[in-house]
Amino acid sequence: MTTATSQRFKENARAALADAQLQRAIGDAGGGFVLRRQEAAGKLPEFDALRDSAQAIKEHTLRHLDLYLEAYEERVTAQGGHVHYAVNAEEARAIVLDLCRKAGARSVTKGKSMVSEEMELNAFLEQNGIAAVETDLGEYIIQIRHEAPSHIIAPAIHVTKEQVQADFRRVHTHLPADRNLDESTTMLTEARNILREKFLTADVGITGANFLVAETGSSIIVTNEGNGDLTQTLPKMHIVLATIEKLVPTLEDVSQLLRVLARSATGQEMSVYTTLSTGPRRPGDPDGPAEYHVVLLDNGRSAMLGSPFQDMLRCIRCGACMNHCPVYNAVGGHAYGFVYPGPMGSVLTPAIIGIENAKHLPNASTFCGRCEEVCPVRIPLPRMLRAWREREFERHLSPATVRSGLALWSFFAKRPKLYSFATNIAAQMLSALGKRGRFRRLPLASGWTRHRDLPAPQGATFQAQWKARSRP
Amino acid sequence: MSSRDTVLASVRRGLGVTGNEAARRAAVQERLARHARGLIPARGQLPPEERIALFRNMVAAAAGTTTRVAIAADVPKEVAALLRTLNLPQAMRRGDDPRLAAMPWAEQKALTVSTGASDGSDLAGVSHAFGAIAESGTLMLLSGPDNPTTLNFLPDTHIVVISAEDIAGDYESLWTRLRERYGAGAMPRVVNLITGPSRSADIGQTLILGAHGPRRLHVIVVGSATGGNPPSFRRVNSRVIARNRS
Repeated sequence: MTTATSQRFKENARAALADAQLQRAIGDAGGGFVLRRQEAAGKLPEFDALRDSAQAIKEHTLRHLDLYLEAYEERVTAQGGHVHYAVNAEEARAIVLDLCRKAGARSVTKGKSMVSEEMELNAFLEQNGIAAVETDLGEYIIQIRHEAPSHIIAPAIHVTKEQVQADFRRVHTHLPADRNLDESTTMLTEARNILREKFLTADVGITGANFLVAETGSSIIVTNEGNGDLTQTLPKMHIVLATIEKLVPTLEDVSQLLRVLARSATGQEMSVYTTLSTGPRRPGDPDGPAEYHVVLLDNGRSAMLGSPFQDMLRCIRCGACMNHCPVYNAVGGHAYGFVYPGPMGSVLTPAIIGIENAKHLPNASTFCGRCEEVCPVRIPLPRMLRAWREREFERHLSPATVRSGLALWSFFAKRPKLYSFATNIAAQMLSALGKRGRFRRLPLASGWTRHRDLPAPQGATFQAQWKARSRP
Repeated sequence: MSSRDTVLASVRRGLGVTGNEAARRAAVQERLARHARGLIPARGQLPPEERIALFRNMVAAAAGTTTRVAIAADVPKEVAALLRTLNLPQAMRRGDDPRLAAMPWAEQKALTVSTGASDGSDLAGVSHAFGAIAESGTLMLLSGPDNPTTLNFLPDTHIVVISAEDIAGDYESLWTRLRERYGAGAMPRVVNLITGPSRSADIGQTLILGAHGPRRLHVIVVGSATGGNPPSFRRVNSRVIARNRS
């Protein structure tokens, strides 16, 4: 019952490419993330070694996930918190609603949580008479625009400053209509004042979790704004939403992961606020929530264990893969049609909503490999995209043209002499037909030539050249 | 079957395990009990005074500010001076932390000092850090009866006091200290790692300070890494002493 539109990736992408406003927003964001990551990584000689360490920690944890979940739960309970398991999004929503009702909640504030987006929690709470207010500035912007996030760490990256200004005027109607909102700082102050009121009056605060620490039973949020901390400190109940793969064994292990997280995400040495929360308010504490609950959601993760997609569960959600992805940078996050865009989304989304509902995503890649190059936990994203493509082929989900094309190619590929003969002829013909070394239009390749020229082959085939040059 | 059992069974099915394997259980127990340190960057592994200098540089790189005073008793004067420099009212709220409580606040006649959790109306909050990490310019603050978490986030200006001797090179040293204080596997309700003032780049990708948390973070480093006066102050003091003698 998801509202995912991943099935329409091609239409979404076409619309995104034609959307001038969106292209301007993506263009403004430009290579900022890429440059800042490069700079931060360059300042720490141990960065690559820390990536190896981070990968090893996550691999170890996943191999022992059942035991770390038990250990974590034991520590949370020992310190007065509660752990609730949920097999799927529906169960998780029911648990959250039940907790909110027990707390007599009418209003809920939320820190940025992709799991909450995955659960489509806000709409559900609203249907049940509970107002959920997003407090991360980016999430707040997309909430008042009734949109989904387009980036996992910068949810409103697709929105221009002018659009935010118009949205604030449309929604904040209690403020003077002629107020000056030209500067980003004035808009930020306006949002800060409005949300401050919400923080102070909310009954329940809901956050996500970047990590869960088995050793101490702590949940960790990493933010820059401080909204997550206000969300979880001020109301009487704090609910943490996390998926099962967020487990990490010890505080020392978390330190390794923190050293690569912010650098890979925003290029900061550390995000401003890294907060470890363990259980509810203690006797004598002057503030903090009276109740602390963790909803541990599976939603397809356990089925990835032992599959070709297990490595995806190492992901720490830094967003580096999408920042470096030529496809993501051309079409933006919404085209992917689900919470998780870019390369990590193209691998994760099919596992959550089913490959039959996301069959274009594994093909939304040029296989350039930059995502894997920059991943802080070295997830082999291209390999897994290929694995999804194989599954699509096996399950006859790929379109007839692709299937017959592949069948034709495999016929030749299995017959090397014929292959070499045929490609030689084809290369010579194309070379002769191409005008000034390229094609403006070519039958069967219109998908390519509609947007750019196709270069005509120059000289002999690769194999022929290889053979010629290998001779002593 | 409960959802808990369903999820755990599914995890075990995927991993091809039962959960009763002695070797796996031992591996997990050992890892949790040993909490071995991983790779620690060389950057923060410095002699005390250089470590403090690195910490102050890293705070500055994260858009925070720092000053240093010789002894804890100098802190109230420093806070009053800072508020004046920032053109802020002479008013602040602090927790009941004994180290803060022992400072001579009353000597600052113009300064109104209130204590306890913040309700959001305070312009300046003063906290005492448990420790700091030079490697990244990060402060570590713990919640507790004397340390309200709200003070770290609601006031516009957050002033944090840290003893120079509590500035470590890395996170790992502070985890060790935390375990000594609270016991293995136990934690205060909240551990706040704070690196600079609050910020957001969510409007048009422009970075602006002061999103929801404090717009300003100022750190006051107290004393020297060995517990005595910092070297610069010692120099000043010895010169003063020398002059008096002559």
